[in-house]
Amino acid sequence: MSRILTYREALREGLDEELARDPNVVLIGEEVAQYNGAYKVTEGLWKKWGDQRVLDTPISEAGFIGMGIGASLLGVRPVMELMFWSFHSVAFDQLVSNAACIRYMSGGLCHCPIVVRGPANGGTGVGATHSHTPEALFAAFPGLKVCAPATPADAKGLIKTAIRDNDPVFVMENTLLYGTSGEVPDPADGDFLVPLGLADIKREGSDVSLIAHGRSVIQALAAADILQTEHGIHAEVLDLRSIRPLDQDAILKTVRKTHRVVLVDESKPFGGVSAMVAMLIQDHAFDDLDAPIKRVCSLDAPAIYSQHVEYEQLPNPGRIVGKVLSMA
Amino acid sequence: MNRANLSSLDFALSPINQGLTPERKIELFAQMVRIRRFEQASLKYYQSGKIAGFLHLYIGQEAVAVGTISLGGPDDHFITAYRDHGHALAIGMSMNECMAEMFGKKTGCSKGKGGSMHFFAPDKNFWGGHGIVAGQTPLGLGLAYALKYLGREGCCLCYLGDGAVNQGTFHESLNLAALFEIPVVYVIENNGYSMGTSQGRSSSYTSCLAQRADAYNIAWDVIDGSNLYEVRAKTHIAIERARTQHRPSLLEIHTYRYYGHSIADANHKKYRTPEEIENHKQNYDPISVFRRTLIAEGILTEDRAAALNQAAADEAAAAVKFADSSPAPSLADIRTDVYWESDHATPASKIGRHFFDD
Repeated sequence: MSRILTYREALREGLDEELARDPNVVLIGEEVAQYNGAYKVTEGLWKKWGDQRVLDTPISEAGFIGMGIGASLLGVRPVMELMFWSFHSVAFDQLVSNAACIRYMSGGLCHCPIVVRGPANGGTGVGATHSHTPEALFAAFPGLKVCAPATPADAKGLIKTAIRDNDPVFVMENTLLYGTSGEVPDPADGDFLVPLGLADIKREGSDVSLIAHGRSVIQALAAADILQTEHGIHAEVLDLRSIRPLDQDAILKTVRKTHRVVLVDESKPFGGVSAMVAMLIQDHAFDDLDAPIKRVCSLDAPAIYSQHVEYEQLPNPGRIVGKVLSMA
Repeated sequence: MNRANLSSLDFALSPINQGLTPERKIELFAQMVRIRRFEQASLKYYQSGKIAGFLHLYIGQEAVAVGTISLGGPDDHFITAYRDHGHALAIGMSMNECMAEMFGKKTGCSKGKGGSMHFFAPDKNFWGGHGIVAGQTPLGLGLAYALKYLGREGCCLCYLGDGAVNQGTFHESLNLAALFEIPVVYVIENNGYSMGTSQGRSSSYTSCLAQRADAYNIAWDVIDGSNLYEVRAKTHIAIERARTQHRPSLLEIHTYRYYGHSIADANHKKYRTPEEIENHKQNYDPISVFRRTLIAEGILTEDRAAALNQAAADEAAAAVKFADSSPAPSLADIRTDVYWESDHATPASKIGRHFFDD
């Protein structure tokens, strides 16, 4: 039996369940405890679990993320919130030299079971410094895992999986999705987990594949509606969910089904997730393509503030529909 | 009487040093000698091309690692930067695994994946060996936080150089250590030079670097690193403060490196005078100072010191032979130790593509 939860509530339920399951799980971050979370994802968890399990930190990302990495070496499983993933840059050395490399540099003697989570998206009028989408950036570091859920159910299933995974997992959420609702399985029906590395067909179709992750999935689904009702084009929407590991089989399967691909990716075009996906498609399914691979990415400039044009900088149904029609 | 002899008489009387048996004192002396002989051998094979990358020698600083690590209890943990050979040997890692690591061999402590800067021995509470200046300082904080979280009585000694004190992560770590009452002891190994830049040209301070701890309400002390007894006596106080009160400390241990920042540092005789280097070798060499002390105490003889020296040189030569004759990693080894889940072939590791080679 499913319930309708918001994406925010689903994440919170996942965190709460993992706090209950494993006493080594600790939530760490700015305003996660007494303030109840800047975006209220952790609301109520400090009251329920106390100071030991839900820890407020100063604004000190390199410090507290490095602290979490160090603690993970001794078996603590820190789940660290970046208020915005955009703030990764001040902790970058900890994330990519320590979290990503410590297992390798120690010849497998160490491992680093941390989760870093928070929103990574544009579209909220907060300008370039708060609108970075670094999923491809971090997926480029072997040793790290990256996922980006689009729905409440996936958000819950992936955060729980991320916490249990024994490697560092970066979960990229979305402030524009926190308030969206969807069905989430009832805990009474058993532990609900979504594995990393498993994509999900969010809409079946036969004419073109829209491959997306994060909020771009929602935009692709809206575009698919328009394509069907206004143009008679049946678009399939594949939600990658996980960036690294990446479900290459699912990507190739939808390409072989529809033979046309539009990659929808809020990353910037240069080196974005879509760049990697396009490379894999041409490498493994070149003969299955009836048209060149196309992309709808964020327009290639820092995120603009102006609410008058920000919408058009990001992937949106209109831009996706336009791209699909241009392939005809 | 020089400064070192004067102070060694004082600190020999501290309880933590009075508790040392004669054999334990000789063991500490032998450890310093082993570190030096090991590094002299590594220098030779670095220069002959057997060791790649950088080689940051610890020669001249041995009493810091040996003195502080000798205080370690069962749940005390250690982490340092890239000048890590001394700590590794003092912690009990073998010359073989360390030399083989530098030779890039599969028998190295990190299977040839880390090199000179990245020695690890978690089974001995040694968590590296870290290459980025001050990058290890939040990790040391985290190890100590974990001890407290898990209810274990112990502390983390986190070493850094004097060049690391100006990095932001170090200041963030100090703030968090005091704020969260974390049992960490930060040890600045102050060898006077931040690579080629002297302390005076790189740091703004009043009396000393450790005094910066005042700003964070952290206890601090300054230590003569040429005197093993002083290192032990003062570090012990900080360790006890951490273990029993969960309060951090910042120690500044004055020491000196005889070689450059790394062996690739071609200017190390230009940014300091030959007289300065010679003065340290003659008057403040930690091994010579401790040798004289132990001889004065009637514990050590020149003959036994020479025999220990020879044994260390032989051990280092054997380690070179071991390293040289060990197998190199294979191309397949490049792909292991990236993900825990993949190494353990877990169900999770079989879902989705983890690696993206053609």
